[in-house]
Amino acid sequence: MADAPRSLLARVVQAVLLLLLLGGVLISGSTWYNGRAAARQAYDRILLGAASDIAESISVRDGVPVADLPVSAFELLAQAPDDRVYYSVRGPDDGLIAGLDDTRIAPPDPARGIGPVYFDARLQHEAARFVQVKRRFAERDFSGEVSVIVGQTLRARRAMALGLVLQGLVPVSVAGIALLVMSYFIIRSAVRPLELLAADLLHRDPYDLTPMRTEGLPRELRVTLDAMNRFMDRLDRQMQAMRNLISDSAHQLRTPVAAIRVQAESMVEEEDAHLRAHALARLLARTRSLGRLLDQLLSRALVIHRTDSAPRVVIDLREIALDIVEKRDHELLAPGAEVTLAIGEAPVPVLADAFSLEQAGRNLLVNALRHGRAPVRIGTDDNGTEASLWVQDAGPGPDPALLARVGRRFARSAASHEDSAGLGLSIVSDVAAAFGGRVDMVPGPEGFRVSLVLPAVEAPK
Amino acid sequence: MMVRRQCLGATLPLLLLALAAVVGVPSAAQEATARFGSGATAILLRSTTDIAIIRPVMERFVARNPELSVRYEQWGSNALFAASRAACAGEGDQADAVFSSAVHQMVWLVNAACGHRYQSARTAALPATRRWRDELWGITEEPAVIVYNTDRISGAEVPRNRFTLLDLMRSNPPHLRGRIATYDIEASGLGYLFAHSDSLEATTFGAVLEGFARMEAVATCCSAEIIRGVAEGRYLIAYNVLGSYVASATFANVGVILPEDYTLILSRAFMIPRDAAHKPEAARLLDFLLSDEAQHILRDIGLVLTRDPSETGLLPSARRFIALSPALLVALDRNKRDQLFTLWGQAFTIDNRP
Repeated sequence: MADAPRSLLARVVQAVLLLLLLGGVLISGSTWYNGRAAARQAYDRILLGAASDIAESISVRDGVPVADLPVSAFELLAQAPDDRVYYSVRGPDDGLIAGLDDTRIAPPDPARGIGPVYFDARLQHEAARFVQVKRRFAERDFSGEVSVIVGQTLRARRAMALGLVLQGLVPVSVAGIALLVMSYFIIRSAVRPLELLAADLLHRDPYDLTPMRTEGLPRELRVTLDAMNRFMDRLDRQMQAMRNLISDSAHQLRTPVAAIRVQAESMVEEEDAHLRAHALARLLARTRSLGRLLDQLLSRALVIHRTDSAPRVVIDLREIALDIVEKRDHELLAPGAEVTLAIGEAPVPVLADAFSLEQAGRNLLVNALRHGRAPVRIGTDDNGTEASLWVQDAGPGPDPALLARVGRRFARSAASHEDSAGLGLSIVSDVAAAFGGRVDMVPGPEGFRVSLVLPAVEAPK
Repeated sequence: MMVRRQCLGATLPLLLLALAAVVGVPSAAQEATARFGSGATAILLRSTTDIAIIRPVMERFVARNPELSVRYEQWGSNALFAASRAACAGEGDQADAVFSSAVHQMVWLVNAACGHRYQSARTAALPATRRWRDELWGITEEPAVIVYNTDRISGAEVPRNRFTLLDLMRSNPPHLRGRIATYDIEASGLGYLFAHSDSLEATTFGAVLEGFARMEAVATCCSAEIIRGVAEGRYLIAYNVLGSYVASATFANVGVILPEDYTLILSRAFMIPRDAAHKPEAARLLDFLLSDEAQHILRDIGLVLTRDPSETGLLPSARRFIALSPALLVALDRNKRDQLFTLWGQAFTIDNRP
């Protein structure tokens, strides 16, 4: 791929490099400025020293100022060994008292004071720096100002400034390179978990939905990875549910559909009207049973789907119990059966999905009506930490061996009616598992009670 | 006080030249010329060194570089300075290289931006005292010596250093009266340079001048003539004579002393003028002069002092190199010159000023 995205490491290292370069430019700028100022100051002092030396050497002899040029002044100037020099000593009438030649170099604006005046000018086409120092004489035979101008070219200044800049820049560059190397390793170690994660993901089987390892990962990554793991978990469950639905449907539907076909075929061939009517009744029962089976399969699929996808809201379990009783579906199943509602005054809130709870409750009720002994009671409990929706019948409940198996899909007892698919309790179990609860089955003196126990939550105000 | 100032015939034109230089008229009056080699490209070299002395070096150079030839002009130092200054200002014809013993004048020229910058491995190898701005290079190493007539001066009288010379002059021996010679500093740039350096080097300078005055010393011109004078017995002692001339002149009865207190060492300076027509060729000449081969010849003809103390009897600490540096500009300062000339004039009364 030509436009492969740049790695995080490359990006960050590039940013750091840019930062360091910018810093380096700033530092070199300031070093250059400081170096130049330092060189200027240092050599200006030399100039002033030389000029003062020469000014000191001026004396008045026979009414004429005479400069006895001190060699020390020139040795001072020779501190800049490769620079050309200029000097001139001029009297009040601007006449040359001493000087190399008659070249006239003067400050651009003549200063009134006696203090030294620095200025830049050219010395034979080369940039140079000058200082003017004045000395006043008030002798009997001579009075007036004698001006001394000393200058030199800038070679030594430039060399010194450059030297200072280099001296300053070498450690800075070394530090910069060290910083760059260090930051490279730091960034590398920081993105190392990401690389490991990427490698892990890359080598992972596309159908592998087991959670990824989160040990040793930085917090920021852990959040992402946890979310991913939750997502994969949900996907896994959905896939599992789908697989179950398909296999259940295949498993459950094949037999009754085959039976219906056989019965329908035999009915076609049956000539006896009485037998045909009998067969028709059985066929009807079969189709009804098939319809219920389909209902259950679909509702289970829906429950599983919803538990993963429907938003969880605070629900009062009493309302679920009330709804179940009020819908009176059970009357179709067991006409005349007595169902008592046993709910308290206080709400019993849980965090769940109303549809799933209702399906679970209805299945509990249907089971009680079908397998238990009247009277059947439906009610709610809340002990502060756990809330439960329960259905109780007056019978002793199934025998312990069967009890161990109930709740699994298609666990059917000998006592199971042929129109039971054995899916009822499995829906309840799924709902319980989805909302962090459990199914309790307790045979007691008052009868057999099956409870869907969920963690209690605070009731919304 | 009877002091004599003598001016030999050959000095007159030089003095005139010096006057011409002061007036500022560029003069093309060289003392002698010679041509070395027959190469197509001719380098014009103006020098203060006698043709007879420098000949072997030049001949070797043109032998090594057959495509080059050298037009060698021998000048007096002041005249050469005046001509070079004029050429730098754009008046008069320009030499391709200037080679002068009056190094303070050469420093002045370089300081006035008249020099051409050149760098090579050989110029870079020169010590700092023999190089300035990469525009001026010291080629030779020649001591300022005291020479004496070995027939007439011997034993304790031999002035090994300035102090013994002073003691000798204080004792006022009649046979030395009028028989001590030294350079005339007004006539010779080199003489002035030596006197200037002496005045900076030690307080003995004043005493030496005083001694000269007492001994009615002679200020005259030109190393070669002074040495001949010593050999012939006209002078018994000559002060501040360029040692190289003694080495080149073979007189059995001339003794040479490198003063033990300090010996001034001069390095003839080579410069390529800024506007020289043949700068690369001049640079080749420079590199040749600094080569081991040329330095060897220069040592043979006495223009380079051997560094071995056992041979010269000179301690390294007594060597005083006249460094090529801006400090030499002081030597050319008018006030300074006037001052030194006044001092000098008090010692040497002028007999026959033209």
